[in-house]
Amino acid sequence: MKSRHKKLLVIVLGVAGLGIAAALILNAFQSNLVFFFSPTEVSAGKAPIDRAFRIGGLVEDGSVKRDPDGLTVRFVVTDTAKSMPVIYKGILPDLFKEGKGVVAEGKIGGDGVFAASQVLAKHDENYMPPEAAQALEQAAKAQKSLVQ
Amino acid sequence: MIPELGNFALIVALLLALTQAVLPLIGAQRGNLTLMAVARPAAQGQFVFVLIAYFCLVYAFITNDFSVENVARNSFSQLPEIYRFTATWGSHEGSFLLWVLILAFWTTAVSVFSRHLPDDMVARVLGVMGLISVGFLAFLLTTSNPFDRLLPAAADGRDMNPLLQDWGMIIHPPMLYMGYVGFAVAFAFAIAALLSGRLDAAWARWSRPWTTVAWAFLTLGIMLGSWWAYRELGWGGWWFWDPTENASFMPWIAGTALIHSLAVTEKRGAFKAWTVLLALIAFSLSLLGTFLVRSGVLSSVHAFATDPARGAFILGFLVIVIGGSLALFAWRAPKMLTGGRFNWFSREALLLANNVVLLAALGSVLLGTLYPLLIDALGMGKISVGPPYFNAVFVPLMAPALFLMGIGPLARWKEASLPDMVTRLKWALAISVATGVLLPLTLDGFNAWATFGFAMSMWIVLTVLIGFRERMKNGGRLATLPRSFWGMQLAHFGMAVGVAGITLVANYQEERDVRMNVGDHTTLAGYTFTFQGTTEHAGPNYRAARGTVEVSKDGKKLFVMHPEKRIYNASGMPMTEAAIDPNFFRDVYVALGEPLDNEARAWAVRVFHKPFINWLWFGAVFMVVGGFLAASDRRYRIAVKASAPTGAVAQGA
Repeated sequence: MKSRHKKLLVIVLGVAGLGIAAALILNAFQSNLVFFFSPTEVSAGKAPIDRAFRIGGLVEDGSVKRDPDGLTVRFVVTDTAKSMPVIYKGILPDLFKEGKGVVAEGKIGGDGVFAASQVLAKHDENYMPPEAAQALEQAAKAQKSLVQ
Repeated sequence: MIPELGNFALIVALLLALTQAVLPLIGAQRGNLTLMAVARPAAQGQFVFVLIAYFCLVYAFITNDFSVENVARNSFSQLPEIYRFTATWGSHEGSFLLWVLILAFWTTAVSVFSRHLPDDMVARVLGVMGLISVGFLAFLLTTSNPFDRLLPAAADGRDMNPLLQDWGMIIHPPMLYMGYVGFAVAFAFAIAALLSGRLDAAWARWSRPWTTVAWAFLTLGIMLGSWWAYRELGWGGWWFWDPTENASFMPWIAGTALIHSLAVTEKRGAFKAWTVLLALIAFSLSLLGTFLVRSGVLSSVHAFATDPARGAFILGFLVIVIGGSLALFAWRAPKMLTGGRFNWFSREALLLANNVVLLAALGSVLLGTLYPLLIDALGMGKISVGPPYFNAVFVPLMAPALFLMGIGPLARWKEASLPDMVTRLKWALAISVATGVLLPLTLDGFNAWATFGFAMSMWIVLTVLIGFRERMKNGGRLATLPRSFWGMQLAHFGMAVGVAGITLVANYQEERDVRMNVGDHTTLAGYTFTFQGTTEHAGPNYRAARGTVEVSKDGKKLFVMHPEKRIYNASGMPMTEAAIDPNFFRDVYVALGEPLDNEARAWAVRVFHKPFINWLWFGAVFMVVGGFLAASDRRYRIAVKASAPTGAVAQGA
């Protein structure tokens, strides 16, 4: 091979490599985006059935129940308009409390219960997860427009 | 009175920064030595005044002056003294003051250790750093003054976030900022080169040690942050691909690409424009990282809107710095001659490949970090990009990078021979592949991830050893090998140690969440954990339920662990304080979840067995030591002596 051909080959290989990398990245990006839905949107059937997503809102007062094994927790997430039962097995974050904001990631099970693989809490007591805040805001707006 | 003094000192510092920025830059353009000579004293004066301001803030925190808003928000009278000191940089305002202080420190360091540089270079470098400082000081004084008073004064403070009350957090932020801000030096050198048009091997030699030192500090800062998250967040994870982590990781990737590209520019005079561009990118990402983490954008895009002045200032500043430097680059870079031809298979080509891979990795992290923010800012809904994306992208991209890491240092500059490389490396390759295939079989059955990790780790270790052996064969002695060689090899070895640690902990850790009553026990990885209940325990500014967990193996009692669940007095915020028993081969990690009955006898308990997790931090420490060693190489100091006469003449003039 002449050196000019070699150079060309290297350039072609480089471009091909970059193309593959870009394809890999974008493909992984597409399939790993996690969308957020409020309980109202979920009950309207907007959430995907077989794909993980996030829900958020407030933990409904008096809704936190533990199974006898002590580690399975059931609670209800509400945006004050609609609510969504959630089941989670594991240790809850420090800042999980009834009446406080929460965001959970998981899938809807066959029984219509949201099976959370992760319950998220942030690092500050006064801090409301932005997703949860938005869900409450939307529900409040929707209710207002219903009244009118 | 003292806070007002601090405020005044900041104003003086701003004026000095303006002087340091404007006069020397004009002087350098016009060849006026008097104006250029202003740079050094102005820079050093600025440092003194920022330091005074910083001490004033420290004083306000240590003396619990709750009439200062920043202190009232972020400190507490019961807070231990050491945390009252670290609380100075726990807030938005204080962290920016620390940023400015470290910038002034770096500037002063450049002004002291630049006797061998041409005067116009020094003037331009210090001038550019002055400009950056002007931006930050103006931001502090107009939108985020740490000395703002609170009238009437608060009776007591709201306390520092309990998560930050850990000694990992005492040193993490300053080290991280030393890295972030250190890239400002590389940035200033790059801008100075663009302005003067002097971009040669000498320029690369000047800016190289600074860049390497900044990179080493950033490595240390990221390592400490990861170590803190591991110990303090109570989840046993050491990297979450959280935007705050990515914010520090992106400049690190760019900096890693930069130090490799600088090597080519110094040794071969090639990649000049590329190196300059990387220096601009590294510092731009440092700025972006600082602002992302410290402006509240990450917790919510809307936090940005709560103080529009801050948001507008930050965006404006970013646009000016990034846009301005890229425009300058576009204007001046085409005029630079590219030098140093090289073959498609040579050390240059391999380092170029390394840079391409690193930038692809950087792009993927940038996409995953900024895209959700962008979508949110545009009101197009909320999405999140989690660890699955980053893992799916990052690991495949690291494969070629780690492989090249083995070949690059052994390849000849300009033109290497492929058959020759194959002969030199075939045994290393065979042993690495064999290790990768066989080691997982002896542990837990075949596992593709583990195979890849072990093979890469072994590959790097072997090629490092080959590098040493070949040097010795050519008559080198370990003690006389240059420090830059030692530094590079140590850093690469650290990478191998880190990769081994990551592979082992990611594939072979064991974890269990379990309900435990007093006297209950559970067994994990051969260790038996017996829960002996909790007792009340009072800390300086918190109350805690303190658990006692006895750990035994094969019926033999080994040690007792005390995980805690704390409630902080001022904020009422609960906090999990994990108990960790570390050693060279594994960590045993116990965290208390929550009480499961009213008498708080039964608890949710999380136990971990984490093999080789500490190798992660060891690996990073090797990289840091390697960085400092390389930066202290003799040739950077020889250059000082060789060109001292010209410097002296210029000084006299």
